[in-house]
Amino acid sequence: MDIQDPSFWRSGAISTTLVMLVVLAFLTIDSLQVISVGGANVPKYDVINQQIGYAYNWSRRADVPVIGGPQPLFGKTVTEAEAAGLMRTGKLVIQSRACMDCHTIFGNGAYYGPDLTKSWLDPAWQQIWMPMTGKTTREDAMVEFLMHPDKYPTWTRAMPNLHLTEDEARATVAYLKWISAVDTNGFPANFGQAGTSP
Amino acid sequence: MYRSQKLSLRYYAAAITLFGVMILFGLLSALYYLFPSMLFNVFNFNMSKIMHIDTLVIWLLMGFLGAVYWYLPKELGREVVGMWLAELMFWVFCAAVAVVAVVFLFVQYGGANEFSMWFINQGRKYVEAPRWASIGIVIVMLVFAYNVIATCIKAQRMTGILWVLVLDLIPLLVVYLDAFPVVTNMSVDLYWWWWLVHMWVESTWEVLIGCVMALVLMDVMGTSRRIVEAWLYIEVMLVLGAGILGLGHHYFWIGTPQYWLSIGGFFSALEPLPLLGMVVHSIYDAGMHRMKTANQPAFFWITAEAFGNFIGAGVWGFMMTLPQINLFSHGTQWTVSHGHFAFYGAYVCGVIAVLYVAKQHVSGAATLTGRAWKWSFGLLNFGMIGMVMALLLAGMAQAFYGRAIGGSTLMAFTAASENLWFTSGMWARMLFGVVFAAGYVVLVYDLLTSPKRVPVLQAQPEPA
Repeated sequence: MDIQDPSFWRSGAISTTLVMLVVLAFLTIDSLQVISVGGANVPKYDVINQQIGYAYNWSRRADVPVIGGPQPLFGKTVTEAEAAGLMRTGKLVIQSRACMDCHTIFGNGAYYGPDLTKSWLDPAWQQIWMPMTGKTTREDAMVEFLMHPDKYPTWTRAMPNLHLTEDEARATVAYLKWISAVDTNGFPANFGQAGTSP
Repeated sequence: MYRSQKLSLRYYAAAITLFGVMILFGLLSALYYLFPSMLFNVFNFNMSKIMHIDTLVIWLLMGFLGAVYWYLPKELGREVVGMWLAELMFWVFCAAVAVVAVVFLFVQYGGANEFSMWFINQGRKYVEAPRWASIGIVIVMLVFAYNVIATCIKAQRMTGILWVLVLDLIPLLVVYLDAFPVVTNMSVDLYWWWWLVHMWVESTWEVLIGCVMALVLMDVMGTSRRIVEAWLYIEVMLVLGAGILGLGHHYFWIGTPQYWLSIGGFFSALEPLPLLGMVVHSIYDAGMHRMKTANQPAFFWITAEAFGNFIGAGVWGFMMTLPQINLFSHGTQWTVSHGHFAFYGAYVCGVIAVLYVAKQHVSGAATLTGRAWKWSFGLLNFGMIGMVMALLLAGMAQAFYGRAIGGSTLMAFTAASENLWFTSGMWARMLFGVVFAAGYVVLVYDLLTSPKRVPVLQAQPEPA
């Protein structure tokens, strides 16, 4: 064994890479099962018909989504197929308007706007935007805000008007409600349970 | 000069131009944090950010292509096969980049439909280019792969470096296929998106720049092929050995199973190792040559690449990727600090080094010296380190006040963003960004200026 011989290290490089790729392949197969819709960590799309919460789980030692009783979005219970259609449109809104080049979802994206992982659960909808928009439900306030964000700024870094149609805004709200039900291993931590200023 | 080296110079010219565009939109993006109402509803932050990060990817890719087109004929002792196709692809690449830039500047976004994905904006960070342009990139890379492989076959010769390069082209192309689908399920979308982003940036690009640096080291420092190839294999072994499962540090919070917290944390901790190896190697080389070389700028930028890669990608990455820290640091300006430092250290310094290699050959100067390159070296490094520190300050304020104390709500995000540490960090980032831009201006000036002729001192016989 001559460690100054490049072929020694070439063998090491090839074998290490192959082993790691095989391990990654197995982990990917398992992970895709867990994160597929209806898998262990990702709920079915029709979870938007139910109440969604987020609470600390002592056995997991992390905050986890809590799925409660019926709470239809916009007051209408949707079928699995209807929910899937809403999600498809919602995702296309998020991509076509490049939302994640200002915001993050699951902490991924850009950092100019707030993280949207748990935005459905954000107390600001009840405390700020429902009174501001004059809407009586969280989802109606969200739709009004998404369609005319420049009319309802809360601070200097306001959201621009990206000209969402009402259908697009409703689909985006549905998407954000579904996203909040994904089990993200406790990210973000302590959501909405602490003070806001240093 | 080979025809492919002339093509290489075109790629370098395009790369350095896009480097400037990237800096311009970086400065603009930084300004939004200071003056949020600027260009509101006209040209919003997200479009400026897209221009900044997409030009980053494109100019570095062009720099890599230029470097390979430069060294391939030298490595094999013959012209690159299929040059007319390669030259055509250069213009296709440039035209596609220009059209996409015009669309981003003036159309910006479309409705929630497939037309927007095909022709306007795909809206996935780093993969915003519409599908037609992504197909263009695939074609350019396929032609590039054909050029490399066909030339090796025609020359009936393979070196260790070229084997690594050719094999690296496979994952480079395969993971880019993720640039096309719209996956409704965000968890699955991000799972594959990270294959593209991580496997490009933290694996295949690391190997690619490793190949380029190996060629530069032999060229500039005269390092023996045996040493360079052994180090390249070690680097590949460690980069891929740690980096493939290091992918796990992106799988902490996207809905993936809990075991990724342990796997990602463990392998992320190993990721600085290969980069430390490069530092050791560069110090060894510098000592061997007593800091003397015919191409001082290239030598200094290679050394900066080794240190920058280790500190920016390795140390800065490790600092924030253990899950216990990442729970709070993820998605803050802390990430931006790491991103800037890593891209700069790992790739920007390396590409600038090959630009100076080309300059020396084109000018025919026996040695490259002067003052301008030192100013640009100093300003670019000082500017980058300043930006990185400023962003770290701002990011830590976000992690502690917005996340850990504030609880990650909109109001917590707002409060952290108005925190003095955050705002002062943003101002400091702007200031150092201007310093960095000044360094770029001097760099372009120096690259375009003919080097001074340094008289070669003749040894005088000692008087009897």
